[in-house]
Amino acid sequence: MPDLVRLHNPALARKLVARVAARANLLAGRLGRRPFLMEVCGTHTAAISRSGIRSLLKETIELRSGPGCPVCVTAVQDLDAVIGLARLPGVTVATFGDLIRVPGSASSLEEERARGAGVRVIYSPTEAVDLARANPGEEVILTGVGFETTTPLVALAITKAKQRRLRNFSVLSLHKQVPPALRTLLSGPEPVADGLLLPGHVCAVTGRRVFDFIASKYGVPAVVTGFEPVDILGAVLILLDLLLRQEPVVVNGYTRVVREDGNPLARELIQACFDYDRALWRGLGPIPDSGLNLRHTYRNYDAALKFPLPTPPVRVREDCRCGDLLMGRIAPPQCPLFAHACTPVHPAGPCMVSTEGACSIYYQLERSC
Amino acid sequence: MCLAVPGRVVEASPGESWAVVESFGLRLQVGTQLVGEVKTGEYLMVHAGYAIEKVDLLEAGKQMRILEELLGAGPG
Ligand code: SF4
Repeated sequence: MPDLVRLHNPALARKLVARVAARANLLAGRLGRRPFLMEVCGTHTAAISRSGIRSLLKETIELRSGPGCPVCVTAVQDLDAVIGLARLPGVTVATFGDLIRVPGSASSLEEERARGAGVRVIYSPTEAVDLARANPGEEVILTGVGFETTTPLVALAITKAKQRRLRNFSVLSLHKQVPPALRTLLSGPEPVADGLLLPGHVCAVTGRRVFDFIASKYGVPAVVTGFEPVDILGAVLILLDLLLRQEPVVVNGYTRVVREDGNPLARELIQACFDYDRALWRGLGPIPDSGLNLRHTYRNYDAALKFPLPTPPVRVREDCRCGDLLMGRIAPPQCPLFAHACTPVHPAGPCMVSTEGACSIYYQLERSC
Repeated sequence: MCLAVPGRVVEASPGESWAVVESFGLRLQVGTQLVGEVKTGEYLMVHAGYAIEKVDLLEAGKQMRILEELLGAGPG
């Protein structure tokens, strides 16, 4: 894969860093401050820290995390609902690993599992279907957490369960869509960022075009990008040039994977299984049309209908700043709990748990800064 | 959670909805329902056991050439 290998070229990355720093300094002169770019996607937050790009460029650019960690933006009441389902006798909750240590109001899935609740960590949504097939006496509930990248895979799991006429499989759909969240962020009273790095693998499904509103409506430039250091540095360079030329457009910097209208098969599957609805986001609040509920045709697979649970009042730590972090208002070290009352071993908020959570990433990779 | 990794198709069976890809030296079977027919040698982006998109190597080459030109650097 010669051209994929060239993406790892350190000499090219070094040249890019120098060029980015020079352009950023030029822009800083005009702005009277460092340019501030938001990486919307949690996987970008991890890649930017791991590659050292954030600390290399910290004098010239502020790269700050946004709302792109699906586990982190899951509202506490939704977490409590998952935990409530896991407590039911005869139920196994199948979930991606990141969710199990996130604190809900009173406990976490991990604590419930230690008390004997059925909680299974899965890698792929279809594993939950296989689990249901192998355990006909048990209800297997798949926690549908994720953005557009993951939603079609859960849709595939639901269609597979329907084909097999499984009666003991259901999904608690907490899926969310990225564009409505960005609309909410950008229409707030404070400017979000000078430019946005858009999530490459969300865009692989949605396409680039749906993000045009960022530039056309809000005048902010954005670049869809991949996850190699060269991808990210290239996208930052494009953003800085767009800002210097005062040309707000949404550029596709990940053309090897992202098409204008995304992946039609994946989008059709989402449409076939889900309806759009209001969803509650941690930090961002309720956002119209940002959530996905199972369509009527699949109501037999909807865990929210199959197991209606009371919604007890939510308890959250007043001093947790995850909400501000997910809005891009602060960086992790600005939370007073960071690395003191909140650590990966004793997390106070989801951003310290998830591998895409900015706090856990900064705790591991950015603490000398 | 939106992590996806590229993998090269090493075994494809026409008419089937899976393929075997090699990714960082590991072989794994992935679902191909979202990308349609795949051929040996093609690259796929794999997320949670499924290919979510094909990798367009021509576009990868173009992207690199654009960057290299921008920086005045020769290829390689
Ligand atoms: S340090 Fe902990 S409490 Fe503070 S924002 Fe991060 S996860 Fe939330």
